[in-house]
Amino acid sequence: MDTQTLIYLVVGATFALYIGIAIWSKAGSTSEYYVASKGVHPVANGMATAADWMSAASFISMAGIISFIGRDGAVYLMGWTGGYVLLAMCLAPYLRKFGKFTVPEFVGERYYSQAARMVAVVCVIFISFTYVAGQMRGVGIVFSRYLEVDINAGVLIGMGIVFVYAVLGGMKGITYTQVAQYCVMIVAYMIPAIFISMLITGNPIPQLGFGSTVEGTDTYLLDKLNQLHTDLGFKEYTAGGKSMIDTFAITVALMVGTAGLPHVIVRFFTVPRVSDARLSAGWALLFIAILYTTAPAVASFARVNLIETVSNAEYKQLPSWFQNWETAGLLAWQDKNGDGKIQYVAGAPFAGKPKFDGEKTGPNGERVVTNKPTDNANELYVDRDIMVLANPEIAQLPAWVIALIAAGGLAAALSTAAGLLLVISTSISHDLLKSNLMPNISEKQELLAARIAAACAIAVAGYFGINPPGFVAQVVAFAFGLAAASFFPAIILGIFSKRMNKEGAIAGMATGLAFTFGYIVYFKFVNPGANNADNWLFGISPEGIGTIGMILNFIVSTVVSRLTAEPPEHIQHLVEDIRVPRGAVAPVGGH
Amino acid sequence: MSDQTASRQAYWQANLRLLTTLLVIWFAVSYGAGILFVDVLDNIRIGGFPLGFWFSQQGSIYTFVALIFVYVWKMNKLDREFDVHED
Repeated sequence: MDTQTLIYLVVGATFALYIGIAIWSKAGSTSEYYVASKGVHPVANGMATAADWMSAASFISMAGIISFIGRDGAVYLMGWTGGYVLLAMCLAPYLRKFGKFTVPEFVGERYYSQAARMVAVVCVIFISFTYVAGQMRGVGIVFSRYLEVDINAGVLIGMGIVFVYAVLGGMKGITYTQVAQYCVMIVAYMIPAIFISMLITGNPIPQLGFGSTVEGTDTYLLDKLNQLHTDLGFKEYTAGGKSMIDTFAITVALMVGTAGLPHVIVRFFTVPRVSDARLSAGWALLFIAILYTTAPAVASFARVNLIETVSNAEYKQLPSWFQNWETAGLLAWQDKNGDGKIQYVAGAPFAGKPKFDGEKTGPNGERVVTNKPTDNANELYVDRDIMVLANPEIAQLPAWVIALIAAGGLAAALSTAAGLLLVISTSISHDLLKSNLMPNISEKQELLAARIAAACAIAVAGYFGINPPGFVAQVVAFAFGLAAASFFPAIILGIFSKRMNKEGAIAGMATGLAFTFGYIVYFKFVNPGANNADNWLFGISPEGIGTIGMILNFIVSTVVSRLTAEPPEHIQHLVEDIRVPRGAVAPVGGH
Repeated sequence: MSDQTASRQAYWQANLRLLTTLLVIWFAVSYGAGILFVDVLDNIRIGGFPLGFWFSQQGSIYTFVALIFVYVWKMNKLDREFDVHED
């Protein structure tokens, strides 16, 4: 069977599985639709959270990014896992005890304020849309590369699949599909990683192979990589390039942002008990850690493989995967010195992404690049996504492994997209309509509204997937920065400080949001030319500025709350109630 | 102050003590070993890994997982000790 047929078969089988699960777990009530009736087993919720959390970016791009920036990649590895410690210890159990459906609902009731709830709704919708547009694009890219369909058709197919199981099954459908998607994703990630680890180091466990010697020599893999990097003029792989303060700030913003992302928090509303919420955070991080500790190993293997294969190699002698990925536009070569060999050294070969002269080929058979070459000696352009996508081919693995990668990439993108779309639809039907604009609608009508909202959200996300606004890449910093500067302090203070009141929380959220939003907009859109360390506040880049926003939020909230009246007595009782696992939470009046 | 309130307060204090201990470790392995002291630790080697590099790309993540499971275990014990566990 040829590779293409295999890919169709594997991807088709996984899609059939997802739809089957959706039909089996169709939601009949708002409680099923919003939180799967709080009946999800902690291990299942752990898997679902892991799939929800690990997006197309984690699956496809992360190892590639680390491959190119070496030790600095740790900001993503630590930032996107460390938040679960905060989540498990400072947020999940208490929010589960609170026992409602959404994050804005907690903010609204704890701070006895519809205004606070509406601020939260706007943040939720903004953060989730920012994120989901990237996922839809990811679906389209996987489709176009592996299934040879047009990117737009790929986005439409992805929309259709998500539509079926998110609109029909709600949280219940999404949860069990995510469990299946986690399994597909992790198998697809681990198999090539294990093969490559064995090939390069002889150790089947990538996490150990990473620190072992290269097969057949006494040289450690990382020493060899540092040597290759030094020879070619790159900085050492295990050395850092970013300033310490910026590394620190970005890691904080990513960790705290992770703990404040609504689509992650709401997963912990779906387990039966408070103790299950704690436990399932542990399982979630364990499942995430399997991929996150493998990614840096894959990054180093792929880096060695790439350098050894291409550096000073004659173009005509290169293996066929090189041409395949050149065709896809992820590799490009400009023979600056005309020697027919690839010089791969530090520096950009030309400015920006490669522009090809149609199908025209040069003297060695390479695709002709029309970009103006730079002055340095580097001749090779490598897209970072190639490190995971091309890995099976570089390591000469069988065709079914390539089919698995395609299914895994789709699982990663679809599971995250579905989780985000659910959060958007819930905020609209529950926080906006039921609690605010149309309080008299019945449960059936609310459920219908949730489904319509999900359908509309999918359509909007699909639109952004097909017509990606030029700024998608730049706004990723938004999602984490805003979550860090808005929700995280408001929720933490709502649990850990009985004295925190409405005035403090609203002032804090407004300050954190305005500052973070303003800083990012200034450096990314208003004055992108000034976006460098000399102009940054304390040397902190827009990616890390959520940390300062968070600190401002904490300070302003605390000061303002001390200067205004303490919260009503029933709110103080509410806080006492959510701090202990047993017993009911006292009802909040007027609801 | 009623007995129940006093007991709940003691439970909360015990919870905060546990939380502080675990978060200090959390900070030490990630921000400490992985960022602030990474270059110093890189002078020590474990197999093929410079130690600081290992903490920043592997060790901190393993520690995070362990911390949550320790927290779960300790909290379940606390819940029973103070008789606030669920069913």
